[in-house]
Amino acid sequence: MNRLKILFNGILKENPTFVLLIGMCPTLATTTSAINALGMGLSTAFVLTCSNIAIAALKNFIPDNVRIPAFVIIIASFVTLVQLVMEAYVPALYASLGIYIPLIVVNCLILARAEAYANKNSVLDSMFDGIGMGLGFTLALTILGGVREMLGSGSFFNMKFIGDNDGILIFVLAPGAFITLGYIIALINRLSRKKS
Amino acid sequence: MAKLNSSLKNMVLSLSLISFVASALLAAGFTLTKDPIVKAQIKQQQDAIQEVLPVKDATIGEKVEIKLDGKPDAFIIYPALIDGEFAGAAIQTYSYEGYGGKIEVMVGMDKEGKISNYTILSASETPGLGSKSSFWFKTPKGDQDIRGKNPAKDNFKVKKDGGDFDAITASTISSRAFLSSIRSAFDAFKKYNEHK
Repeated sequence: MNRLKILFNGILKENPTFVLLIGMCPTLATTTSAINALGMGLSTAFVLTCSNIAIAALKNFIPDNVRIPAFVIIIASFVTLVQLVMEAYVPALYASLGIYIPLIVVNCLILARAEAYANKNSVLDSMFDGIGMGLGFTLALTILGGVREMLGSGSFFNMKFIGDNDGILIFVLAPGAFITLGYIIALINRLSRKKS
Repeated sequence: MAKLNSSLKNMVLSLSLISFVASALLAAGFTLTKDPIVKAQIKQQQDAIQEVLPVKDATIGEKVEIKLDGKPDAFIIYPALIDGEFAGAAIQTYSYEGYGGKIEVMVGMDKEGKISNYTILSASETPGLGSKSSFWFKTPKGDQDIRGKNPAKDNFKVKKDGGDFDAITASTISSRAFLSSIRSAFDAFKKYNEHK
């Protein structure tokens, strides 16, 4: 399998949110607006790429029986670094994502890729897998956040196009996340079935 | 290099080394971002103070912490001085009665206590409902604008409770909490003026 294929595998064919359905907690909770979703997606993509590289590089050094604690330490370190950098240089985004940044540690997408991919493949392949999966996750979150923001708040990336009180409120609240996600997955299944 | 087998020695060694490197990296990250984080926080606070003050280009005097009976935390008063003359203050206030717990507000008042402006410092109100308090009470529409009103004369409660202000649609609890934080701010401001 060539590297480009690994990259697109994560973005389209095995999109973590729409196809694998992993990492649902941040997916549903942080997609109230497109900008929050993009911020969350990119932070996760960064952590995922770094942890995939580190774990692939260290895989022979980590005995199998302690691999989970070792992975968690590596992932948690990268998350903490992201958190510190965010708090220092983009405090507004940090404030709006809040508790969900430290929770990237327990995003099962990251541990799943460490366990299923980085632990078995070369550093370069793992890097491409991390970038692909990360971008796929970012793309999915941004679509979800964009749709929810447009329907719920009547804006897109904070650009208003209808009045303050005219949004369909439920799309900003938790049920709207499930409804939107369900429809997007249905649409994607329909499209991919047509192709094959 | 072949994969290390899971002997006790290998496991302890591997985990210790990973933890050691991770903590060194985190310590470095923390040291590098410490100053920018403090700077970002101070800037955020200064911006909030300048935004709400009734006068432009005032110097901010020494902050004063005011305790009120029955309120757990201190209220912080930032006096605004124009040529050494007291010209109003920004008051950092809070209420624990929000729908999502604590809300923190920075509110500006002139010498008499007339509200000049406010900004929400932190809140976890429902997005699209209670979160509207960030602009609701400074929108000149109906009886919702609190700017230019004075807690000494006007009743800072929602109309449902016999007050003078329109609550946010479908967010009476958030509105009550917000107005209660303004009342506390005024009480703290009065106490500050008496002891000055």
